[in-house]
Amino acid sequence: MFTQSMQELPRALQLLLARDQAPAPVAELPRRTFLKLGAASGFALGLFPLAAHSQGAAAPAALKPVEMPGAFVAIAPDGIVTVTVNRLEFGQGVQTALPMILAEELDADWSKVRSQLGTNDMAYADPRFGMHLTGGSNSIKHSFTQYRELGARARAMLVQAAATRWGVDAASLRTQNGAVLGAGGRRLGYGELAEAAMALPVPASVTLKDPKQFRLIGQPTTRLDAAAKSSGRQDFGIDVRRPGQLTAVVARPPVFGAKLKSVDDTVARAVKGVKAVLRVPLDRGAEGVAVIADGYWPAKTARDALKLEWDTSAVEKVDSARQLVQYRELAGQPGAKHFDADMAPLANAPKKIEAEFVFPYLAHAPMEPLNCTVELSEQGATLWVGSQMPGLDGMAAAHALGLKPEQVKVLVQSAGGGFGRRAIPTSDYVVEACSIAKVAQAAGLRVPVRTLWSREDDIKGGYYRPMHLHRAQVGFDAEGKVLAWDHVIVGQSILAGSPFEAMMVKNGVDITAVEGMRAPYPLPMRLTVHHPKQNVPVLWWRSVGSTHTAFVMETLIDQIARETNQDPVAYRMKLMGAEHPRHRAALQLAVDKSGYGKKQLPVGRAWGVAVHESFESVVAYVVEASVKDGQPVLHTVTAGVHCNLVVNPRTVEAQVQGAALMGLGMCLPGAAITLKDGVVEQQNFGDYTVARMTDMPAISVHTVPSADPPTGMGEPGLPPLAPAFANAVARLTGKPLRELPFKLA
Amino acid sequence: MTTLQVNGRAQQLDVDPSTPVLWALRDSLGLTGTKFGCGAALCGACTVHVDGQAVRSCVTPISSVEGKKITTIEAVTGGDDRVGRAVRDAWVKHDVAQCGYCQSGQIMSATAFLKTLPKGQQPAAADIDAAMAGNVCRCGTYARIRAAVADAARSLA
Repeated sequence: MFTQSMQELPRALQLLLARDQAPAPVAELPRRTFLKLGAASGFALGLFPLAAHSQGAAAPAALKPVEMPGAFVAIAPDGIVTVTVNRLEFGQGVQTALPMILAEELDADWSKVRSQLGTNDMAYADPRFGMHLTGGSNSIKHSFTQYRELGARARAMLVQAAATRWGVDAASLRTQNGAVLGAGGRRLGYGELAEAAMALPVPASVTLKDPKQFRLIGQPTTRLDAAAKSSGRQDFGIDVRRPGQLTAVVARPPVFGAKLKSVDDTVARAVKGVKAVLRVPLDRGAEGVAVIADGYWPAKTARDALKLEWDTSAVEKVDSARQLVQYRELAGQPGAKHFDADMAPLANAPKKIEAEFVFPYLAHAPMEPLNCTVELSEQGATLWVGSQMPGLDGMAAAHALGLKPEQVKVLVQSAGGGFGRRAIPTSDYVVEACSIAKVAQAAGLRVPVRTLWSREDDIKGGYYRPMHLHRAQVGFDAEGKVLAWDHVIVGQSILAGSPFEAMMVKNGVDITAVEGMRAPYPLPMRLTVHHPKQNVPVLWWRSVGSTHTAFVMETLIDQIARETNQDPVAYRMKLMGAEHPRHRAALQLAVDKSGYGKKQLPVGRAWGVAVHESFESVVAYVVEASVKDGQPVLHTVTAGVHCNLVVNPRTVEAQVQGAALMGLGMCLPGAAITLKDGVVEQQNFGDYTVARMTDMPAISVHTVPSADPPTGMGEPGLPPLAPAFANAVARLTGKPLRELPFKLA
Repeated sequence: MTTLQVNGRAQQLDVDPSTPVLWALRDSLGLTGTKFGCGAALCGACTVHVDGQAVRSCVTPISSVEGKKITTIEAVTGGDDRVGRAVRDAWVKHDVAQCGYCQSGQIMSATAFLKTLPKGQQPAAADIDAAMAGNVCRCGTYARIRAAVADAARSLA
């Protein structure tokens, strides 16, 4: 979701703090120097921030997570190794891959490795960004070395503890499968050594394994949560149950940002189980009503029984049809320039394509409806939430609750999907839950409150992938040489007005709107951008800008190949030249494994090809599609993937399978959020289409072997699917598809 | 008071009779393995068995299932249900779950489907797809679901 220029992100936190006038700058957040290995006591790692306080260990030293193995690995006397993951687990498999990486260097017995999620403690910040973040397909990319070093350091401490116990030189010892081995067959399990090891200083430098020695990394490994998630035993944020907990369901205005004119709660209050009906401030200056009850059903029933009048006079009422007209008008005007090139050759180009593309708003619609549980106490607040940015959410919660940042503890919960919706610069649903907890407390309800959204609340709740319009004029010659490419993008900025604006909106261009443009082809492109303001909250959505830029690039490149009678694979290879070996390798692998160009397809089927890099990984798809009863059908997908070293092949395969399905979902009828007079027209999975089992093509996933440090795979499988599918359909119909979801004229 | 038979036990519930089975299970009985996804029988995350039939518990009032046998994911995968265990094992073997949130419902649909097959009969791929089409997985685990259902059927033959 984030790109490289977010390396400056820690500044974003400072900006947020300045904006919200929160009490403490980042540098003064509570920090610990060293956390002991939690061995004998079975010390709960999730409680470290408070424990550190009580021990007076909150020294303001520079925090270096790689030097805090105790915050990440706990070894119990029975040898069970618990690894704390500094990310949200929401399907992408980091809660298995990161422990694999740590266990590799620790030489742990994999059958004894468990994992748990962390907190908003600074130990669990992304080591490269300096803030808590699960996004941008960065988890493995940024924490690969970190988790290797953590494992290696913990291992060195265990070896030293054994050396001391036996009175021998540590250099004479080796480790294997969760034990230290010495001369004469002597053996000590890690569980027996952990307590002594934890008292030792953490070594400053350690030697990491030669990747040739890896025995876990690279092995197809079953997820650590597979059994729990196959038996209903996995808990998610929505499953948190605190003593006395109540549930809040909120009536939000029909138009974003609107105010409440009047409330009649007579019927709502009479619903059995309802404890309070309270006005609450909502996201973006809106107002709403929270119904608090002893369960979701009474709260929701009462919410739906509220008689509400809204004041929408002060807010813009977006209308999708009008918006498209406005975007078309904007596309004809001068915009902010991102790329520049000489456009003079357009006038006399032998061949020309003029194209307009339209992409709708898209909801993330994670399967677990949004929720956040807030418990207030004398000391502060504890939040249970499946958050991609628990540090930012914790600070936003502190601001909403009038607390200091260090008084808010965020316990990151496994989430039922997210796709970007749980990384919100405004922390919308977390702040909402805190506001509700606050008004509930003021009303005398001194109990934990879980705020829970209905599916309709989620679909209508905003923070969509922005609607976009692209317009392109491409001039080229008979050999397909592009002479000039004039391109305009119109769409809301995701980052404008957010704490990330200063870093990621450059010269009026939000880089999340243009990522994926032009590359990997050396094209003479002029790219201008318009970011109109609209009263619709927008957000990154799995693979962000590449959700639309990959479609535009890869369908236009394909059309040039068709119009110049060139093979689409050969044409791409020719354009890329020798500059992009990873793209070439991924595409070639997909071609080889699919049988493209060799296999005879059944009548009515056509090949489609696309290749795209996002978040430093490359995915190429070769697909087979047909058109049946006027509807495009996707039959097979062959993926060629370049993500450097693969940590867990099963997870990479799963991420590509899933991302391909989500990409396919964008093509299906009904995969659009539209607005009429300011009101979102869709409600639920009945009118907002997502891919289902019956849409599923046969998918095979192949990775290019590599020993280079891994890049991420949470998102890169999504962008090239829709253009590959569209290119196959265009070959059948002779007409390019220029809109998502697909519309066959 | 409504009395429900849940996983072989009688449970007294002092909630409105219109309360969906889903919320009786989750909020009253603490059986949180059954998931809330859409509240409108559109996604299948809340699937339970009522007298052996797969039912969307989010739209099934408790008043409509008094005297019927309700079975949840906890009993199907954690007890002596041979089909449920086979499905669970296949799910683990194929590493189906990603976020895992929808998988309780997927497993309940798959189990109910396999129980409708005559003994020894292997389901066609299209039949598996049709049986599972009502269950949404936003992570897109369908390829593995398809393989796991077929594998579970083979293991039961």
